[in-house]
Amino acid sequence: MSAPAPNPLLDVDALTCRRGDRRLFSGLSFGVQAESLLHVRGRNGSGKTTLLRTLCGLLRPDEGEIRWRGENIRALAEDYNRNLLYFGHLNGIKADLTGLENLRVAATLDQDPLHDDDMLDALERIGLAGFEDLPTRMLSQGQKKRVALARLILSKAPLWILDEPFTALDTDAVDLLQTLIAEHVAGGGAVVLTTHQEVALTRGEIQRLTLGAADSDVGAPVDVF
Amino acid sequence: MKINWFKYASPTAFYPLAGRLVPVLFGASLVLILFSLYWGFFETPDRLGGTNPQKEYYRIIFIHVPSAWMSMWLYLVLAAWAAIGLVFNTRLSFMMANAVAPTGAIFTFIALWTGAFWGRPSWGTYWDWDPRLTSELILFFLYIGYIALHSAIDDVRRADRASALLAIVGLVMLPVIFWSINCPDPNQCAALHQRSSLSDIESNILTAMLTMTLAFWIYSFAAAFARLRSIILTREGDSTWVRGVLEREASA
Amino acid sequence: MLKVFTCILTRDLTLALRRRTDVLTTLFFFVIVVSLFPLGVGSEREMLRELGPGVVWVAALLASMLALERLFAADFDDGTLEQMLLTGQPLSLLVLAKVIAHWLLTGLPLVIVAPLVAMQYHLDPAAVWIMMASLLVGTPILSLLGAIGAALTLGLRGGGILLSLLILPLYIPVLVYGSGAVSVSMIEIADTVPYFYLLGAFLLMALLFAPLASAAALRISTE
Repeated sequence: MSAPAPNPLLDVDALTCRRGDRRLFSGLSFGVQAESLLHVRGRNGSGKTTLLRTLCGLLRPDEGEIRWRGENIRALAEDYNRNLLYFGHLNGIKADLTGLENLRVAATLDQDPLHDDDMLDALERIGLAGFEDLPTRMLSQGQKKRVALARLILSKAPLWILDEPFTALDTDAVDLLQTLIAEHVAGGGAVVLTTHQEVALTRGEIQRLTLGAADSDVGAPVDVF
Repeated sequence: MKINWFKYASPTAFYPLAGRLVPVLFGASLVLILFSLYWGFFETPDRLGGTNPQKEYYRIIFIHVPSAWMSMWLYLVLAAWAAIGLVFNTRLSFMMANAVAPTGAIFTFIALWTGAFWGRPSWGTYWDWDPRLTSELILFFLYIGYIALHSAIDDVRRADRASALLAIVGLVMLPVIFWSINCPDPNQCAALHQRSSLSDIESNILTAMLTMTLAFWIYSFAAAFARLRSIILTREGDSTWVRGVLEREASA
Repeated sequence: MLKVFTCILTRDLTLALRRRTDVLTTLFFFVIVVSLFPLGVGSEREMLRELGPGVVWVAALLASMLALERLFAADFDDGTLEQMLLTGQPLSLLVLAKVIAHWLLTGLPLVIVAPLVAMQYHLDPAAVWIMMASLLVGTPILSLLGAIGAALTLGLRGGGILLSLLILPLYIPVLVYGSGAVSVSMIEIADTVPYFYLLGAFLLMALLFAPLASAAALRISTE
């Protein structure tokens, strides 16, 4: 295990999570610094999504603690959420609202005082110019995902937690997302993500975490390297 | 002297303790039930009341009243364990709430059943929307709701926490529900005073009722602990200490 | 805070306007249930006048119940609920906004259509006013309490049936005093004010505590 460097943004201490009767991982400790990316890998069912949802505070760990700038995220609650952008398996957009309306709702919830022009720019950058006034249910799977990803352009949250963000995207969008992630890290942010793709950064360091396979023993081995 | 209050808060420590207690408690409750049945049948008067006497059938109250009391008390116990579980996040508390629920539901059912039997000779009908019996009926629904919600959720942890929250909401609503049933017309509520039936009851009758209540109370402990033991075994099935227990019991 | 509240409120109202059938279904369910009773119990005027308040209120309970199943389910399915759990806002505030939107879409229409169904039961104008008033105060309580059940049964198989099992017993006080007020208004000497005091007190308590309980339930259900 790598020794936690001083003052990580996110500090995970002896985390244990079960789903049902299965113990996914135990005694997991790591830190995520500013200007770094944590790439979580592992087979299907190894608990990647569980780990990410736990880091968001959506799941309660069975044991262990997660700290944001030294304070337990449970105690911080909403104050932690303000620092966080989570992108899960579900896009989190309303099919009956247009792309622009979806972004407006997201911005209001994040209390970002954004102007419509910012959002239109974001939609244009993500390749949805001309689609901003269509209900998102008329869009293709990949386009819906792009609407959701437009939030990454607008967000000011220092911590991004991205669960398989590259799936269902075409090569253009994958490149754009790579750029966005690299920009975010270079700008002092932190990213935790799961993907089967290799990610490259322009600046900052990449940490890799491999979760043990599901069919191994209880308390599957975990290694950070 | 320092007492370790949390020693038995872990299932591992509690399992053997409950195992020793269950037979003792079952025995004690059986003795007490037999005693109070004897007392209720042979040491009490044949009829009850003055102007409108109830004949032999009044003896139903020796079962009816204690089970009604227990049904309400156990809901309180259930909600209390649920609250402790939610606040301190202790697994055993949720298991306890779970173990109490069926016993509570059974006592509620017995109270309703015996109430109907008592109603037939005294009111001429099995069911009369009497406020107290109606309250019992609603309590029964609450127990059923708790059990149904718990069994509908596959993930044990979510099931525990969700049904615990439901139990607490139910507990908060119970006084309001009972009040609305007892007093459907707020214009007349000020004048309504339900006569306390305990004060002018004969001491013989009271003895039988109270010992039966005690018996049911001990029985509840026994039943809850017995159920708790099987819940612990099911839930902790993959841990080494449970495997040890199972091997020991298989070889014995 | 207010901005977030109105944002969720207008979002839910916009969504409902783009899917109008959901709103109409609840309303017609209410009308149909109320219309079925005279067919079942006979159309004698006096009896209908006596049954009216109770029947309308029970139908309102069921209609509110039916609509509640969808309160959080759609947001749960497309992941927007998850995003709401992760905003820097108190979740109970968002829940309250959603419940109010839900009431405007399913509770308020019942109040408006009440005179129509009251006619089927030969209620006099005074009683109709009381019925509308009691529904106006009572149906928000139903939405608030029901939200707890909707949050607890989120994503479960057969959640709708389970929801009714959990929540209907909790609706009893509203039913008793809501229909009681209407019944009493048909007697000349009786006073309906105490009924409204009680319903009003319930509404205040529900406004205070139900969003908190629903928020806690949502966190449990999305774990």
